Amino acid sequence: MDILTKLMNYYSQNAAYVWAEIYRHFLMSAYGVLFAAIIGIPIGILIAKYSRLSPWVMSLVNVIQTIPALAMLAVLMLVMGLGTNTLVLSLFLYSLLPIVKNTYTGITEVDRTLLEAGHAMGMTRMQVLKMVELPLSLSVIMAGLRTALVIAIGIATIGTFIGAGGLGDIIVRGTNISNGTAIILAGAIPTALMAVLADFLMGWLERALSPANHKHLR
Amino acid sequence: MLTFKNVSKVYGKTKKAVNSLNLNINKGEFICIIGPSGCGKTTTMKMINRLIEPSEGHILIEGKDIMDQPKVKLRRDIGYVIQQIGLFPHMTIGENITLVPKLLQWPKEKRKARAEELIELVHLSKDYLDRYPQELSGGQQQRIGVLRALASNPPLILMDEPFGALDPITRDGLQEEFKDLQQRLGKTIVFVTHDMDEAIKLADRIVIMRDGEIVQVDTPDEILRNPANEFVENFIGKDRLIQTKPGVTKVGQIMNKVPATIHKEETLSTAIKQMKEKRVDSLLVIDHEHHLEGYIDVEDIEQNRKKSTTVSEIVETELYKVKENSLIRDTIQKMLKRHTKYVPVVDENNKLKGIVTRATLADLVYDSIWGEEESEEELTTLQ
Repeated sequence: MDILTKLMNYYSQNAAYVWAEIYRHFLMSAYGVLFAAIIGIPIGILIAKYSRLSPWVMSLVNVIQTIPALAMLAVLMLVMGLGTNTLVLSLFLYSLLPIVKNTYTGITEVDRTLLEAGHAMGMTRMQVLKMVELPLSLSVIMAGLRTALVIAIGIATIGTFIGAGGLGDIIVRGTNISNGTAIILAGAIPTALMAVLADFLMGWLERALSPANHKHLR
Repeated sequence: MLTFKNVSKVYGKTKKAVNSLNLNINKGEFICIIGPSGCGKTTTMKMINRLIEPSEGHILIEGKDIMDQPKVKLRRDIGYVIQQIGLFPHMTIGENITLVPKLLQWPKEKRKARAEELIELVHLSKDYLDRYPQELSGGQQQRIGVLRALASNPPLILMDEPFGALDPITRDGLQEEFKDLQQRLGKTIVFVTHDMDEAIKLADRIVIMRDGEIVQVDTPDEILRNPANEFVENFIGKDRLIQTKPGVTKVGQIMNKVPATIHKEETLSTAIKQMKEKRVDSLLVIDHEHHLEGYIDVEDIEQNRKKSTTVSEIVETELYKVKENSLIRDTIQKMLKRHTKYVPVVDENNKLKGIVTRATLADLVYDSIWGEEESEEELTTLQ
């Protein structure tokens, strides 16, 4: 009860600050995923077309994923210095795997007979990609973005160690003082809620884009 | 309109899928390519729209070599229907049908008009255009598949076992519907199948292939009558060979030319008298100009004798009829399948020409059993 009152107190006294950090936290995660999508989706399409490239690219993004987050930040910090950009770059790197992998899977799993039908009707390769492959793999690609965004929101909390700000700042402040449970929670709860909400919204979008559900959209 | 000149397809270094093939296909012809699996029939078909490129030789469409035309343009001018149907699940039926017109950049209104025009060809209502493929049955989906191939009105259509995945009843209906459509629209069709019944039913000429080479090219009747060799004989099956008797192939040749008829304005009592006189249980109803209106049978008269007086009041207009030049074997198959006792024969203007009854069939079977033996005896005496 005591903690809950303290928590409420913290929120009421620092409302503007907490909102600012939530906003900052979300923007950093979203930018990381957005840049990863801009680079990762074309890479996914490319390795689906040129399957000889796929083992190389896939093992590379897999290796990136295995680097511990703190180590990654430390290494990037050596190169890029402190600040938000370093965090966004590391979120970008972590988002690559789910995005590239899902794009690759989505494109390669489009029914081959549909591709044959498309080609046989006189579509160019770009038209097959635009009119058949992408629409049909959109929901799988969306699933990749969803995973990437949830992971990014979690990892963004440690951005505080390289001075990137975000909800991690509140959590770390709580750990640095005695009796800081309420403050730790003040940072942790919005982080968790944001991840759950992002997962939910992206999941809804994913279902809405699935070709099997087209008739329900009308 | 379509010519194969020494066309070969070689996979790897030695495996010949198609070996130096020569074939001439006329405009408006329905060609079935048939053979056991791995005989090169699908390869042959796919070479026409360059889904597979020939290794040697030339394929000419209207005198132009297909290799001289850009792939994309060539394919937009050739319809294509596949066994797996291949409708795009994320597009409505309307969008699916008008995909090729869209690629050809037709304006939107023209595409919409075309879609509505096409859907009527297969007797589906216009609101199907806004549905998605997964809401339709297999048979309906393949109808749409056929329409998609027809959309930009290409002179040539390629079909790869299009009815192979459908159940027998749906397949039968679609075959008839499609043959009718093809004759009305005058399209040239190259149709790959492994089903001999289908080929006999649909084709103007059948191309029988084996190990990448053509074994025989001929009309269905000619192939049934004079199979080129033992392979063809085995392939069409012994039972089909017996069915055919030289010279007699059209319904007009075997029908009874004086069917029991009644004028539509006659009374029911006259009708029942007629039946008694002619010893039949039903009469074909005709008008002044001898047009077929329908039929009445003795049960109808019995049930309605109190309420009605003239034939035209109780005539049944729903009945199956054939043309004089319909093939006997198709007509027989349908009679047996539909359990009908007789089929009236009419001309283009629906004028009654005759009737084929089960008794006619008995005559036919009798002739083919005894008639054949007689001719064989004649042959032995001649030798």
